[in-house]
Amino acid sequence: MAKTLFDKVWDSHVVRSIEDGPDVFFIDRHFIHEVTSPVAFLGLESRGNSVLYPERTFATADHNTPTINQHLPVEDPLSANQLDALERNAAKHGISHWGLGNKNNGIVHVVGPENGITLPGSTIVCGDSHTSTHGAFGAIAFGIGTSEVEMVLSTQCIMQPKPKKMRININGKLGLGVTPKDVALFIISKQTTSGATGYFVEYAGEVFRDMSMEGRMTVCNLSIEMGARGGMIAPDEKTFEYIKGRALTPKGKDWDKAMEYWKTLHTDNDATFDVEFHYKATDIEPMITYGTNPGMGMGVTKSIPNASQVEGGVETYKKSLGYMHFNEGESMIGKKIDYVFLGSCTNGRIEDFRAFCSIVKGRKKADHVIAWLVPGSHKVVEQIKAEGLNEIISDAGFELREPGCSACLAMNDDKVPAGKLAVSTSNRNFEGRQGPGSRTLLASPLVAAASAIEGVVTDPRKLLVS
Amino acid sequence: MAYDKFVTLKSTAYPLPIENVDTDQIIPARFLKATERIGFGDNFFRDWRYNADGTPKSDFPLNKEIYAGGKILVGGRNFGSGSSREHAAWAVYDFGLRCVISSAFADIFKNNCLNIGVLPVQVSPTFAAKLFDAIFADPKTEIEVDLPSQTVTLLATGESEKFEINSYKKENMLNGFDDIDYLKNIEEEITTFAQTRPF
Repeated sequence: MAKTLFDKVWDSHVVRSIEDGPDVFFIDRHFIHEVTSPVAFLGLESRGNSVLYPERTFATADHNTPTINQHLPVEDPLSANQLDALERNAAKHGISHWGLGNKNNGIVHVVGPENGITLPGSTIVCGDSHTSTHGAFGAIAFGIGTSEVEMVLSTQCIMQPKPKKMRININGKLGLGVTPKDVALFIISKQTTSGATGYFVEYAGEVFRDMSMEGRMTVCNLSIEMGARGGMIAPDEKTFEYIKGRALTPKGKDWDKAMEYWKTLHTDNDATFDVEFHYKATDIEPMITYGTNPGMGMGVTKSIPNASQVEGGVETYKKSLGYMHFNEGESMIGKKIDYVFLGSCTNGRIEDFRAFCSIVKGRKKADHVIAWLVPGSHKVVEQIKAEGLNEIISDAGFELREPGCSACLAMNDDKVPAGKLAVSTSNRNFEGRQGPGSRTLLASPLVAAASAIEGVVTDPRKLLVS
Repeated sequence: MAYDKFVTLKSTAYPLPIENVDTDQIIPARFLKATERIGFGDNFFRDWRYNADGTPKSDFPLNKEIYAGGKILVGGRNFGSGSSREHAAWAVYDFGLRCVISSAFADIFKNNCLNIGVLPVQVSPTFAAKLFDAIFADPKTEIEVDLPSQTVTLLATGESEKFEINSYKKENMLNGFDDIDYLKNIEEEITTFAQTRPF
């Protein structure tokens, strides 16, 4: 029977199916971090269970870590306590642990692929909804709750009904200044924040084939923001090139054998999806959000829609614009901004720093803008330095911070103050997401860079052509 | 047994007719720093319930005395979107709620609720609207959620609607079992399967 990419990977991980119930689903690789794992370990221990396959779980500290002075003890006692708990639990159960200061440390969804933990055809979970990132490699990857973290620790399985299948096809060539982030924000603006709930998405077509692995990770990362459990892209030569030789990828004969399998990982020609969408690359422009969920996005040159033009409740829509201090029909271009955040599991990779630098090179940051540039991992930092991007960054009046999730969810000190407006390359513009009362505009690294230079929301194409 | 059994619940309800309520609202990230599952109810909807100076916002439904003691929350469409933090479900539970009703739930939140014994009940948009109307007309109106028959009933009028839940999860909820109980029972099958995985 013809199968989709998703079917092939899902079906090969079903230990058993329960009638009118979920599948018992085997997990190849499990990431844990300091925030959603401590209670899982408590549960595990209170039941007297042990970790079934410690070699399949990988711990990294990222969510609440400071992005300056990481060599010093963590000041916040609650964060320090969580970091200690992660280290202690990992040591006790024989799990590898990349804590602060470790050269492999960084945001879980950045370091997984960098170290070859993320492989095509594998299943990956983590107590973090942006685990969908790893779908860029043709893996089934999704976020889970803490009860499920405990399940994976103690049994290497979770219980999941098989989601429905959606395919999003985009063909054509992207225009100047249009990045993978814009492609994702465009899709979410069409789907809304809940349009893909209950589905697993495959991204297909020329636009995704043309994308780098970093770009594909950005797109898959944001799948959850339209409600999808995850998104995936069929592995190809770019995928194999990216993972070859990384620390934990198969080597020698194992590599050859894996390659044989990986080359079968594509959707068969006559396989069907529950639903399909087709968009055109040429319809996508640099995007920006104006509301309090990632579905409230538009082309940066457009105006905020009227309540009557949007799906859903008028009250909710007005509440959202009220929080943002915006009005229907307004344009975002020219709005004065206070903060810029480049980083996160969405846009904290080398390609994102290259894009940012392509705009800020030879220019100066607007004086009133506070900018946090936070690489996704130490490996990204090394690459930034190797390419000399750090000099471009400092010449333009910016500084690099140390890796972590940072202002994406503001669990550390990187908080946008109440009422302040931030252009952020992260993934969520929810109320208070970047700090209580903060107002977030989600955008690409190019829009963030152009806005940091001009001090107001800016169409990056203006700076790319001049 | 991992959590409370859920069979039938008869209770008043808190209305929250806002769409796309995300888990960052249900429990803001700065309150995720505990290493034990305690105290999340205090920060349930923290920034919607309290002003910056810590005083309660009196017009927010969860602060209104007329709804106090309800064990059900009726929320707007796409309830629980965003972050996978199970802390959101824990906050629901710790606040004293045992059931959330909405016309649509985000997947991970729904799973998290089921895994800790909070019943997510998905109803039609029409029925959700009826529930909101009834609560606003009479804050003491009672709703009955009956898991064995998979029905939710507005007791004042007798209007009811069936809801979906797969029979495996239903058994778990009725008995207070959880997935780990099930999985540990088939561990041998899992370890045999694991040997077939290439990586």
